[in-house]
Amino acid sequence: MKKDMICIVCPVGCHVSIDKESHEVTGNKCKRGERYAQKELLNPTRMVTSTVSINSIHQRRIPVKTTDAIPKDKIFDLMDMLESVRLEVPFKMNDVVIDNVFDTGVDIVATMSLEE
Amino acid sequence: MKPYDLVIIGGGAAGLAALKGAYDEKLKILLIERDKTLGGILKQCIHNGFGLHHYKEELTGPEYAERGVNEVLGLNVDIITDTTVIDVLKENGTFELKVINTKKGEHSIHSTSVIISSGCYERTRGAIQLPGDRPAGIMPAGSAQRYLNMEGYMVGKKVFILGSGDIGLIMARRMKLEGAEVLGVAELMPHSNGLTRNIVQCLHDFDIPLFLSHTISDIKGKDVLESITISEVDENFEYIDGTEKSFDVDTLLLSVGLIPDINMFDSLKFDVSKKTGGAIVDQTYQTSVEGLFACGNALHVHDLVDFVTEESTKAGEQAKAYILNNKKRSNNMISVTPSSNVSYLLPQTLDMDDEFEDVILSLRTTTNAMSGKFHIYQGENLLFTKKAKFVVPAEMEKLTIKKEMLKYKGPITVQFEVVNV
Repeated sequence: MKKDMICIVCPVGCHVSIDKESHEVTGNKCKRGERYAQKELLNPTRMVTSTVSINSIHQRRIPVKTTDAIPKDKIFDLMDMLESVRLEVPFKMNDVVIDNVFDTGVDIVATMSLEE
Repeated sequence: MKPYDLVIIGGGAAGLAALKGAYDEKLKILLIERDKTLGGILKQCIHNGFGLHHYKEELTGPEYAERGVNEVLGLNVDIITDTTVIDVLKENGTFELKVINTKKGEHSIHSTSVIISSGCYERTRGAIQLPGDRPAGIMPAGSAQRYLNMEGYMVGKKVFILGSGDIGLIMARRMKLEGAEVLGVAELMPHSNGLTRNIVQCLHDFDIPLFLSHTISDIKGKDVLESITISEVDENFEYIDGTEKSFDVDTLLLSVGLIPDINMFDSLKFDVSKKTGGAIVDQTYQTSVEGLFACGNALHVHDLVDFVTEESTKAGEQAKAYILNNKKRSNNMISVTPSSNVSYLLPQTLDMDDEFEDVILSLRTTTNAMSGKFHIYQGENLLFTKKAKFVVPAEMEKLTIKKEMLKYKGPITVQFEVVNV
């Protein structure tokens, strides 16, 4: 069985294919494409950005992000977790909203400061 | 009241950078912002990917905005928010800005120079003449982005998106993450205008289908949107019979283009480019009206905010030089025009009496190319050729012209030669 994907390491955007058993990569023009495809098959991760509720006079949501990429299959679990968060002003950019999410060592931090 | 030396209209990425560029202790400067806080559209662009050029790190939109705001806090300038400019006039060499806010109502502000950094607005359904009923639930993707990311309103549960520019792709992922069903993205062109990274991480990651060479052929809904139909189009963008596909949706988001938001300057009657929708400027970002400068998305729509910051900082510096040196516009202007495979470029004019060293041309091609060459001519004479790789119309290209290269007479033209598609 093979999995097809587009490499996004550089602007060329090679259409690569990886064998799910042997992890052999084809279609890549360089070594980075091989590493990208193997990581995407074995341990795909993504940065996640979203918002959580806050009692600011300016806006009802404050934007947040993961401090590093988390496993792709945890994205919707994280969204569920953010649903119940209620923050209060003042809250500052880089203040931690949730620390060490899913034991990944990655924190959720605010990406905006709201003073009032 | 003594008039301002400079008023900057718009406190987003462009206005903040222009303010930083223009700042001088000797100048009396005012920044006007219509929202309650500074930062502009970046505040609603909560995704990351901003700042790689300017800050050398990857930031989200709100982080990029906050850095920009922090860089101008503490400067000795006036900043008023929650205030809208409704008209701008020029009499006896002084600009009169008619502005309105809830505290002082309508009133006038005077200035000897003005920078337009008012950003852009989204094309709406009316601008692209979509057929069918006119129910609620059809809105520009950027408006939906503000509702969702700042105001906390989920605009729909079953969503379709027209237009595969980056805003459409980003909103497809965003709505999906927030629990909506995103049934697809339709793109009129045979290729997406979005970055490959966004195609992969916003659509492929969530199994959202992309329908290339498709557009909306019908919209149904009495009060609220009930369904849309898309059809494949031929090379003349005409519907192909028998290719209709219908989707039951309550929301249609439009990501179909941005237009410089400069209507409030209509009374000044400066020269506007049909290609960019923004002002025609010289290398100092000065428009055809002396003392009036333009930058950022109000000048031409950028794909990277980093380039907005770079351009607007220069526009601010040029406005400062104009005021401090009491510069007058010369009559020694030459034109810079796009030729084959170049859709637009700016600045569109060069003031040859100005003491410039380098002029950076910003331009877009009309065609994709894995590799190609830009040829820059003055009159009949080739000034230089520059190779380029991975050229796409969605990504702005830059070329640098040095003044000493301009040893011939006549206008400058730029053409793009595709070497390898």
